[in-house]
Amino acid sequence: MKRDLRYFAWLRERIGTGHESIETDAATVADLIEELRRRDEAYAFAFSDTASIRAALDQDLVDLDAPLSDAREVAFFPPMTGG
Amino acid sequence: MNAGVRVQSDSFDMGAVLNAFAAAMSARNAGAVVSFSGLTRDIATGDLDAMEIEHYPGMTEKALAKIRDEAIERFNLSDAMILHRYGRMGPGEPIMMVATAARHRADAFQGAEFLMDYLKSRAPFWKKEITATGAVWVAARDEDEDALSRW
Repeated sequence: MKRDLRYFAWLRERIGTGHESIETDAATVADLIEELRRRDEAYAFAFSDTASIRAALDQDLVDLDAPLSDAREVAFFPPMTGG
Repeated sequence: MNAGVRVQSDSFDMGAVLNAFAAAMSARNAGAVVSFSGLTRDIATGDLDAMEIEHYPGMTEKALAKIRDEAIERFNLSDAMILHRYGRMGPGEPIMMVATAARHRADAFQGAEFLMDYLKSRAPFWKKEITATGAVWVAARDEDEDALSRW
C-alpha cells in the first residue's frame, strides 16, 4: 500500500528529507521502521534507537506496535519538547 | 479552527492575550483565571543566540484542541486557551502561553498544570538551541514524561 511518510526534527535531518511516498507491505509501525532501517546507513542511523522514536498515524500519536491499517500519513519524530 | 488554540510564528503580547481572555470570562461567571507563559531561557553556557521550534502542521492544532477539550472537561473549566509559537525566536521572548478560567481557583490552577504537562510531551513541537558553536536539539526529559502519570 502507498503511504506518505513524514519526518521531523533530528530524524528529518538524519534522513535528509521531511517527506516521501513509499509503497510498503509493512503491517505495523515497527515493521515499517525495520523496513526503513534496512534501506541504507542514513535510515539505519536515524532509526537506530527505537526508544527515542515516536510515531503518528494520520496525525494521531500511536504506539510502535500499532497496525498501520488504512493510515495514509505515517510520521516519525523524536520525543516532543514543547512548552 | 478552534478559537482556543493558536499556533503562530509571530511574537505576542502576554498582557494583551491574557486581558482579552479574562474579559470574556466575567460573562461566564468565572471567578478565577490562571495563566502560564514560557520564555526562551538562556542556557547553561549563556550563549543562546536563538531558539528554533519545529512543529507538525495539522497534527499540532489537532493535538492542542484535544488537550484543551480534555482540560475543560476534567476540571470543569469555563474556558481554556493555548497559544504556542514555532519558528525562530531570540532569548527572553515568549514561546507559549496557556490560560484557564473556572469558578474556583483550584480547578483553574490544576487545569493549567494539566495543559502544561500534556503540552510538554504530547504536542508535536521540537526545540533546537542555536549558539555560536552550533545547533543542538533539546532532549526530552524523563521528568516531563513522568509528570503525565499524576493525571
